[in-house]
Amino acid sequence: MQEQTLLPHLFRTEYRKIISVLCKLFGIEHLEIAEDIVSDTFLLASETWGQKGLPANPTAWLYRVSKNKTLDFLKHHRLFREKIIAEISTTSAEFPDIEIDLSAKNIYDSQLQMMFAVCHPSISSQDQICLSLNVLCGFGAEEIADAFLSNKEVIYKRLSRAKEKLRQENIKIEPPSPTAIDKRLETVLTTLYLLFSEGYYSTSKNTLLRKDLCIEAIRLNVMLTENEQTDLPLTNALLSLMCFHSSRFEARTNEKGEFIIYEEQDESLWNKELIQKGEYYLNRSSQGRQLSRFHLEAGIAYWHTHKADTPEKWENILQLYNRLLQIEYSPIAALNRTYALAKANGVAQAIQEAEKLQLSDNHFYFTLLGELYKNLDPEKARAHFSTALSLAKSKADQKTIQGKMDKL
Amino acid sequence: MEEFLLVFRNETESNEPPQSPEQLQHRMKYWQDWMGNIAAQNKLVSAGNRLTAEGKVVKQNNVVTNGPYVEMKEAIGGYIIVRAHSLDEAAELAKDCPILKIGGNVEVRTLVPMD
Repeated sequence: MQEQTLLPHLFRTEYRKIISVLCKLFGIEHLEIAEDIVSDTFLLASETWGQKGLPANPTAWLYRVSKNKTLDFLKHHRLFREKIIAEISTTSAEFPDIEIDLSAKNIYDSQLQMMFAVCHPSISSQDQICLSLNVLCGFGAEEIADAFLSNKEVIYKRLSRAKEKLRQENIKIEPPSPTAIDKRLETVLTTLYLLFSEGYYSTSKNTLLRKDLCIEAIRLNVMLTENEQTDLPLTNALLSLMCFHSSRFEARTNEKGEFIIYEEQDESLWNKELIQKGEYYLNRSSQGRQLSRFHLEAGIAYWHTHKADTPEKWENILQLYNRLLQIEYSPIAALNRTYALAKANGVAQAIQEAEKLQLSDNHFYFTLLGELYKNLDPEKARAHFSTALSLAKSKADQKTIQGKMDKL
Repeated sequence: MEEFLLVFRNETESNEPPQSPEQLQHRMKYWQDWMGNIAAQNKLVSAGNRLTAEGKVVKQNNVVTNGPYVEMKEAIGGYIIVRAHSLDEAAELAKDCPILKIGGNVEVRTLVPMD
């Protein structure tokens, strides 16, 4: 790895690991102390490495320095040290040593437990995503703001509100009990789903950042499949969904960061390895009896990895959307379902159903109507596209609609 | 928005010829597409249930009779619950119900709101 990209890379991969381990040791109410220690460590790294060059093993250097800084901190804050020692209840030793365990096993356990703490139901889902990005993925407030098309101040507010909640609710970092997994796994997965969607559907021009968000969501999801307790069909269904979607990452934007619609993507750019992984996790998700929205969405995403328009493809997609809408309605699912209805049962039927949707403030609705009418009645199609154009807010959407109009 | 119960009755079920797997598949698709149409309008409250033909009727004084306990055409085959602005609108949703294609009927009833 090149020297100038090494530190940001290590920040992304190691910051969160050390934070998790320290939080598990201190209790999450002292998250800010952990953040200070780790931030100091990275600051020292940037100065020392800048002056004297890279150490032989940069990661080990970071672990060693953060350990020392932690011990220093504990030495100078006797009360805090005593509180922690009381809490971790070492058995007998007169001067109990606090061990800062940065082994791979403890890092993994700490991160998994941290995930369950951050996704506590008392924290709003927007705040959960912010906090996850911050402490589980090592994103700074500026990057989060960029991804959310928001500003730093708003993100700071969200982060401190979420941290305050962690303190107030006295949320523990501990191995999640079977009942906690039962109750919270879905929240954890929903947060990961939103995190992924934030990256996948964000209109931020920063393609690299958006991809990072998706990669992080996948990484955390993979962690959940590596733990026996959380490796459930639902977990695998979500991971499958993410793999299928990510497989089109390279194909869905051009070099200017502009969006390319599905029909116009170069399928040779679809990532076959990710498609295979998606299939693997989809198979694993089919054990058990639960058919969740993640299963249905993964199924829909699976059929989208087949570019050719076959009756079989669209009939399957239609039926999956029928089921998905029965579980959970969303305007976008209703619109996509109507598109599938046109492909499977014909345009006439789809138009009839589309007219009933009444999503008249949604530009996708008029884009769909334009799409359905384009061969039947180009003038009507043009009218719908132009309504869509007047409702679309983002430049990317306007460009897509204009492209469709030009082709009439 | 109010909620409405759609009850399906199938008058001809008992003397219907047996269905081929393809016909069954088609019939399933009709139902799923119809429910999908309602769900896409965000008007499906519950996908309900289908009921088998057999049953029992329990009456006063320990009297239990086996089904079919009424004329077959009056037996309930299934139900769903929908959301609509009016009884008329709910009846409109019922007009595409696949049960009508095989000689059945749909009874539309307003649920008494709890709040």
